[in-house]
Amino acid sequence: MVSTTENTVAAQALPAKGRSPWADARRRFFRNKAAMMGLVILIGVALFAIFGNYAAQWSNEELDYNVMGQVAELGGPSLANGHYFGTDDLGRDLFARTVQGTQISLAVGVVGALIACIVGTLYGATAGYVGGRIDGLMMRLVDILMAVPYMFVLILLLVMYGRSITILFVGIGLISWMEMSRIVRGQTLSLKGREYVEAARATGVSAPVIILRHIVPNLLGVIAVYITLLVPLMVLTESFISFLGLGVQEPMTSLGALISEGAGTIAYGTTWQLGFPLLFFCLTLFGFFFVGDGLRDALDPKDR
Amino acid sequence: MFSYILKRLAIAVPTLLVLIVISFVLMHSAPGGPFTAERKLPPEVLANLNAKYGLDDPLWKQIGTYVWGIVSDFDFGPSFIYKDRTVNEIIAQGFPITLTYGLLSFVVAVVVGVSLGVAAAVRHNTLLDYIAVGVSIGAQVLPNFVMAPVLVLVFTLWLGWLPGGGWQGPEYWIMPVIALSTSFMASIARITRSSMLEVLTSNHIRTARAKGLPERRVILRHALKPALLPVISYLGPAFVAMITGSVVVDIYFSTGGIGKAFVDSALNRDYAVMMGVTILVGALTIFFNLVVDILYGWIDPKIRY
Repeated sequence: MVSTTENTVAAQALPAKGRSPWADARRRFFRNKAAMMGLVILIGVALFAIFGNYAAQWSNEELDYNVMGQVAELGGPSLANGHYFGTDDLGRDLFARTVQGTQISLAVGVVGALIACIVGTLYGATAGYVGGRIDGLMMRLVDILMAVPYMFVLILLLVMYGRSITILFVGIGLISWMEMSRIVRGQTLSLKGREYVEAARATGVSAPVIILRHIVPNLLGVIAVYITLLVPLMVLTESFISFLGLGVQEPMTSLGALISEGAGTIAYGTTWQLGFPLLFFCLTLFGFFFVGDGLRDALDPKDR
Repeated sequence: MFSYILKRLAIAVPTLLVLIVISFVLMHSAPGGPFTAERKLPPEVLANLNAKYGLDDPLWKQIGTYVWGIVSDFDFGPSFIYKDRTVNEIIAQGFPITLTYGLLSFVVAVVVGVSLGVAAAVRHNTLLDYIAVGVSIGAQVLPNFVMAPVLVLVFTLWLGWLPGGGWQGPEYWIMPVIALSTSFMASIARITRSSMLEVLTSNHIRTARAKGLPERRVILRHALKPALLPVISYLGPAFVAMITGSVVVDIYFSTGGIGKAFVDSALNRDYAVMMGVTILVGALTIFFNLVVDILYGWIDPKIRY
């Protein structure tokens, strides 16, 4: 971010009115068509997750006894009986279930990414700022942890401590902070030689305060980019685990669990049970990938 | 070079140890054990069982015994659930299958992905480029657990061309390989395209063209090698993700690889098998990262050890 500031200052020394690097980035972002499309998709998915329940005619727990037992014939998507997306295998409304699944998948994605970012940023910033032998030691530890097959460890964790959603949240976050910490460390190394850090140190500010007040705020651009790119990965991980039946448990559901249920029943001709969750899963990932790429292009000082 | 490999191996050993200790501690800090079933066992029987499997020893001693078993005899111990089978047997049964479709998927992903990426870069801003970019963006949101049911739906249920599951002959390999390789192919194509585009504007390519080399030779000989560097660094994580994906493939296509053994053991709390598979995958990961690093150094002469 600092080099962005410098470039901006250098480029705009002459014009009377300067733009802040954030305004610059915002302009670039809004000009990026793919990113805007991603943003629109994401807003759509978010609105669906938040307000979908008001549009649903059935709750996600009610069983529709009219279609029970004949789901393949009667349970298809229809406006007449209020099952816009059809019903699942038990006769529950798939629209309401998809709303619920999207909510949970988004929540896991966002919380997981936040945990990963907080841990990764603090770890990386500390290692980079302290430097020397401690830095070496901390980064060797990251190297070692990165070679651990994390999906297997996460499954191990879920089996050992019960398949609760808290473990899922924390576990997913805790296995993905390593990449983040490396990036943050690299950036911190270049930041810590800056004059304002030196000034802070000269006036006797303690290391933790310097890291939190002077280093981390200057990393916000990088952090924002990586959060948006991490969220879809977290959604993927959660769906993977739930697809295996090891993640979110009934009566809660997630997109991965719904895809898994739909995949289990396609042989009976109930294609909609796979199709709708899949659609929302793919839309969510698309949205985040596009927005993440757009943010990176907008905030990355290299590409100017 | 040789000392570099040695140095990397020296890191690999503690990595494996950390992995073993993490999984061991996880296992033992959790409530319940492999013998806490719904039907309560008499305490004497439970004590005997625990003694037989060494579960009543202190933790450090258990870890020591376990690690020593692996180091001295490559023995991962007995299964806790199947009384007549050892972890080695269970892994030996599934591993060749996983390796077969895993390596196939890997080759498919790399070959198709790199070709697609190179083609897109060479024909930059043509229809071919747009198609390649479209395909790779679309395939990015199609992980194995999405591809698997869709493939079965189309090729087994609608068209009836391919068997929906099992592991008997090459026609059973097709869908697992496609399911596993699609999203990696997409990523590799994207990475190749962007790095190829960058390389094609560099000076040495202009020189090669200026001295009249045929375009084919410029691309294959002078541009491809440096353009592959970012692809190679992506191969390590991709390999790990593919091994992880084998879990989905094994479950959905009933292929019977180690993924199946892992999920079964996870659901049965068969700790020994879980640990065996985790350690095996960890060792593979470390080995593969080493291979990638060496490959990297071989292709990029700028890297010194």
